[in-house]
Amino acid sequence: MRTTVSLILGTLLLAIPASAQELPNPLRIATEGAYAPFNYLDDEGKVQGFEIDLARAMCDEIGANCEFAVQDWDGIIPGLLAQKYDAIIASLYITDERRERITFSDKYYQVPARFVVPKASTLEISREAMQGKVVGTQRATSFERFMRDEMAGIDLRVYATMEEAYLDLQSGRVDAIMADVVAASEGFLKTPEGEGFEFRGPEYTGAKWFGYGAGVGVRKEDAHIADAFSDAIAKVRADGTYQKISEKWFGFDVYGE
Amino acid sequence: MLTFLSDHLDAFASGAVITLQYTALSCLFGAVLALPIALMRLSPKAAVFWPATIYVLFFRGTPLLAQIFLIYYGSGQFRPTLEAVGLWQFFREPWFCAVLTLSLNTAAYSSEIFRGALQAVPRGEVEAAMALGMSALQRLRFILFPRALAAAWPAYTNEVVYQLQATSLVSIITVMDITGVARVIASRNFAFYEAFVTAAAFYLAIVYLVILLARRVERRLHAHLAAADANGSRKIRA
Amino acid sequence: MLDLKGYGWLLWEGVQLTVMVSVVSMAGAVIVGLLAALAKLGRSRLRSAIVEAYTTVVRGVPELVLLLLVYYGVPTLVQDVAASLGYDFVVAINPFAAGIATITFIYGAFACEVFRGAYLNVPAGQHEAAAVLGLNRMAALRLVILPQVFRYALPGLGNVWMVLVKATALISIIQLPELMRNADVAARATRMPFTFFFAACLVYLTITLASMWAQARAEGWAGRGVVGGRL
Repeated sequence: MRTTVSLILGTLLLAIPASAQELPNPLRIATEGAYAPFNYLDDEGKVQGFEIDLARAMCDEIGANCEFAVQDWDGIIPGLLAQKYDAIIASLYITDERRERITFSDKYYQVPARFVVPKASTLEISREAMQGKVVGTQRATSFERFMRDEMAGIDLRVYATMEEAYLDLQSGRVDAIMADVVAASEGFLKTPEGEGFEFRGPEYTGAKWFGYGAGVGVRKEDAHIADAFSDAIAKVRADGTYQKISEKWFGFDVYGE
Repeated sequence: MLTFLSDHLDAFASGAVITLQYTALSCLFGAVLALPIALMRLSPKAAVFWPATIYVLFFRGTPLLAQIFLIYYGSGQFRPTLEAVGLWQFFREPWFCAVLTLSLNTAAYSSEIFRGALQAVPRGEVEAAMALGMSALQRLRFILFPRALAAAWPAYTNEVVYQLQATSLVSIITVMDITGVARVIASRNFAFYEAFVTAAAFYLAIVYLVILLARRVERRLHAHLAAADANGSRKIRA
Repeated sequence: MLDLKGYGWLLWEGVQLTVMVSVVSMAGAVIVGLLAALAKLGRSRLRSAIVEAYTTVVRGVPELVLLLLVYYGVPTLVQDVAASLGYDFVVAINPFAAGIATITFIYGAFACEVFRGAYLNVPAGQHEAAAVLGLNRMAALRLVILPQVFRYALPGLGNVWMVLVKATALISIIQLPELMRNADVAARATRMPFTFFFAACLVYLTITLASMWAQARAEGWAGRGVVGGRL
């Protein structure tokens, strides 16, 4: 028995029960809208970015009628489980921990993580040297997990969005932040505000925390949606659509190994 | 739920300590600040009355969330200026911004409570004190304040309870109070209702403990009235 | 003048949503508050106990926690409970509905206290007079008591409204693009937090001032038939 009840006070859509193997129509995709240039909101409040373009291309490929929903990061998996939407395309890394709760498509990009510090800072990147130092990152990310597990003794500050971590790095409230190298360089270091800052220390890729790249997340019972996206990723890679989108946003192919 | 509680009770307890600290500190500073503001609001001089009035209007007329963002992230925009006057070392710290905003906010609300209470002191009592030859300071100290305190207490208790709950907003600027702890645990373990029901239970327990304590104090504040008012019509202002 | 870097329109859209959410929530809160107050004053022990529990919880738990609980917690809880009973049951609550539901739920409790206080302010003679005129309970309530309750409740409801408008800022936490949310989006994108949060503060202040003015007018209007005129 499958019943869908929508508590409705206006705009809520009544999702029509779909047979198991069909794609939902519309297919609701959650993104964060605060992780430029992967996904962000423009000055009209519309979602933009590499992942948005890529998602649209994939939706065309699988013939789905996709709608985007903006969802704060730390509620993005609970929101999926609560059926507020059907898929997550938001630089969500495929990790074993998350796989216990949700299912992923194949990865659609993979980049390492790294610390960003002020150029003038003499901070050395190591657990010993960073004891008591204030380090910022986004709550409920791989970066947070990595630092809680591997960098005990640092003063970790977690923010709702990465953009707020950038703001506090800029104002000098934190000594360093951790982010992925592409978001940090395109979304911060290459902007005028990021001028006085640079990467420091090694690139981190440990699968335990950073997983196997970013994938489309779906509920476990919706594995067919993940499969559809995996096929779509292979197709847009093969026909060059992916490379075109990646070139537009980054000037290089972000897919990774 | 039980395993969830036993796993995370420590974290929630440390969050509760932070919540209590922020509440106590901001109520203390807020009350100290509220008194002069209340007196300014009672002044007939425009140059004294208006600054206090605009202050109260601003902090009561805008959301605390906006004030926290304004002071925390907004101060970052003025870092060079703040550094020049040596204040940045304070604004740099989330706890300072949090306590500052909470104090300024509760001061505005408390000052209105105090103002009302000061106005409620019967004119005759002040005149009687004058007739006894008390100085202005003595009148404040012995007549106005004790009477106003008793009158303000129930409303002020409400304000403290409100403040206790308002501290939950500091979780947004990285402070790990009860709500901050709940949000980290919720997202790490995908345990949303467990985490927030636990947080709600902590707040409920603390709030009703505070109310209980406040009622005790209230009874003491009104002890002299109870004795004087033997014919039964004992009214405590709510 | 504040330079809004092209984000002025986004803020304006946020203002509209803020006002809409506030008005709908306030209407809901008045209805919930009135029903709850009647239940509390009524003869049913069970109903007044339920209302007591409701106001106790709302008074003791921060709005932010209630909001997160309703938005994230309740759907998962309902699904888990349903699943354990063998049902596949989905409750989807969108930000708009969750925000309005939570604000209504919270401020319904405050409105309840206001109505209760106002009801107790209606002189006993009014009840007696209505009875003498042969009005039954419902008619007395509708024709004699409630109009007076509303008049006595007006200042309290005005306060609830002003607190409620500010509380809608919290809905930004569940990504409803109201004023606070859009100010936040603009602040982060332009890295000019002071500018946008200050602009947002000015808008809230304007709404508060307009509300204070309207409240004074409304109280004057409601008190027009009363000898001596003022409450």
